[in-house]
Amino acid sequence: MNVTRFPLRAAGPAERVAGFLAHLRANGMALGVADCGLAMAALTHVRTDLHEARLALKAVCCSSAEDFARFDDLYAAYWTNRGRERAGNATAKPAGNDRQRSSEFSEQDGMTGSGRAERPDADGTGEAEQDGQGRLVGSRIRNLMRVDLREVVAPADMAEAEAVATRLARAIRDRRSRRRRAAKQGEALDLRRVVRASLATGGEPLRLYRRARPERPTKLVCLLDVSGSMAVYARVFLAFLKGLMVADAQTDAYLFHTRLVRITEALRDKDALRAVNRMSLLAQGFGGGTRIGGNLAAFNANYAKRLVSGRSVVLILSDGFDTDPPALIGAELARLKRRGCRIVWLNPLKGWQGYQPVAAGMAAALPHLDLFAAANTLDSLAALEPELARL
Amino acid sequence: MTDWRTLQDQLAATGYVAADDLAMALHLALMLGRPLLLEGAAGVGKTQIARTLAGLKDTRLIRLQCYEGLDASHAIYEWNYQRQLLAIRAHEGSEDRVFSEAYLLERPLLAAIRQPVAPVLLIDEIDRADEEFEAYLLEILSDYQITIPELGTITAVTRPMVILTSNGTRDLSDALRRRCIYSYVDYPDRATEMAILRAHHPGIEAVLLGQIVGFVQALRKEDLEKVPGVAESLDFAAALAGLGVNDLTADPVALQAALVTLLKTQGDRAAVPLAVAQRIAGKAA
Repeated sequence: MNVTRFPLRAAGPAERVAGFLAHLRANGMALGVADCGLAMAALTHVRTDLHEARLALKAVCCSSAEDFARFDDLYAAYWTNRGRERAGNATAKPAGNDRQRSSEFSEQDGMTGSGRAERPDADGTGEAEQDGQGRLVGSRIRNLMRVDLREVVAPADMAEAEAVATRLARAIRDRRSRRRRAAKQGEALDLRRVVRASLATGGEPLRLYRRARPERPTKLVCLLDVSGSMAVYARVFLAFLKGLMVADAQTDAYLFHTRLVRITEALRDKDALRAVNRMSLLAQGFGGGTRIGGNLAAFNANYAKRLVSGRSVVLILSDGFDTDPPALIGAELARLKRRGCRIVWLNPLKGWQGYQPVAAGMAAALPHLDLFAAANTLDSLAALEPELARL
Repeated sequence: MTDWRTLQDQLAATGYVAADDLAMALHLALMLGRPLLLEGAAGVGKTQIARTLAGLKDTRLIRLQCYEGLDASHAIYEWNYQRQLLAIRAHEGSEDRVFSEAYLLERPLLAAIRQPVAPVLLIDEIDRADEEFEAYLLEILSDYQITIPELGTITAVTRPMVILTSNGTRDLSDALRRRCIYSYVDYPDRATEMAILRAHHPGIEAVLLGQIVGFVQALRKEDLEKVPGVAESLDFAAALAGLGVNDLTADPVALQAALVTLLKTQGDRAAVPLAVAQRIAGKAA
């Protein structure tokens, strides 16, 4: 991270302000050349006083709620030559995060804040323990994207996973038909109807009819593996599922290990953290081995008929380690495929160096997949957006 | 040079208590002639500041409420087609005549740049409008001119003072953010909220005032679907005054009745039953 120090021998105020803007820019705020002039102009309208100058520069330089929340620290870091050092895993956001309020009287008391206790890397060897030492607050967003998802446990990071998922879901969902249909607020005139209706008013086209392309949204169905081998990823993936649900009311979600559980309703809980915690408890209750083939069979038999159609995308989040015979996975995926849906398999192991899909189950599944991708960092999840949009 | 403290005092005199951040942002927006973009939760007084400013400057407030599907013909201008058709019928009129001022319907944005005295232009909940509309708006906010193909370019007579508000339903484009002076309006702290209530309900006693503010602030920390804003706490105070309550802890039934002004969903009502409301009131006292 770049800590721009206050230049001791700067030529004049202009250079110092320019230096300050460079400091903000280095910390990820979007500021252009013109902003420097604006900042100078703003400073001419206030008294020369540290407090007033801070308020003025804050109004001019910030452009979003996040900028606004961290500006004061960045300001102090530059002008008074001391930044607030971030100690340890300080991930609580300073403002604008209403979801994390603890509830004094909710029945779920204690669950809301239990993220720390359930973290898989609680032994202290994970990167999450050390990644923040001695850095200025401004630097944290960029790092998070590259950390393996096993280390992502703090509420703020979960929120990030959710945001990525929401974006992805939009990319998948956005489908519009090529044909046009009559619509009240369409973008194009329906000339044929306009002319026809104008006959009634003596040839004057008084009533304008419009048409638009109707949406043909894609439906998402998610199957999440929460067996022992996937346990370290489960919390983040649940947050991810949660994000998918937020984007679209039609999304459907399931957990599986040795049994298949439908979690669509539970995930619709308005409080993100509470939902994820509830799910985590549910997932932990079972644990143990995986029966991917058997669960796919159960899904095909019970749900697929009603919920999977040619406009569906089935998203499977699993590492492919299966205790059922591998032929079963192949057969069940083929059966699912016959419903006309597209199948995406996200495997956290695929992001590891030198990974080969040697697990017998994974190898059997490969020929039936439309997309087989890595899912071990938020970056890799975010990178899926164009791929999924193409499906 | 008008000082921003003076502005803050003037606002306070009309009953709007602005935090330092907001007062400074407004001051700079006026001084530098830039639009002011306000973000923050619902009910923290984003819209109200435009009204107050219009009152303060003694000028017109032109308001454009954004919604999904808002387009140029509702926001900028529209030809009065019916009149045009009638005119053509009546006089076999020429094209030049029907595309003139008389047949033009002014919408808020066009109206705003044609006022003899600079008005306050409030573009409310810009995040609800579509992205295309945001692009239109950018053009108008940078040049303060509007081009009507049939009439030519209309340049601003005076520059309106522009205030945009957003609730964060959608992320705004960087271009729009960059053009604006920005301020995030948060829920007021204890002292500010006391001042706001005092300004609007001068009759309330200091003890009760402290209790009300303490109660509302504690309630905001609870896990609610819809967090009560300043407008709600003003209603709450008015309701308590109307019910003749002098002490928040004295009459639990009246307190529960007054809660209708603070909690606006069924879920929130259920989340704060009588006992809980009393406990919070007890702590606030």
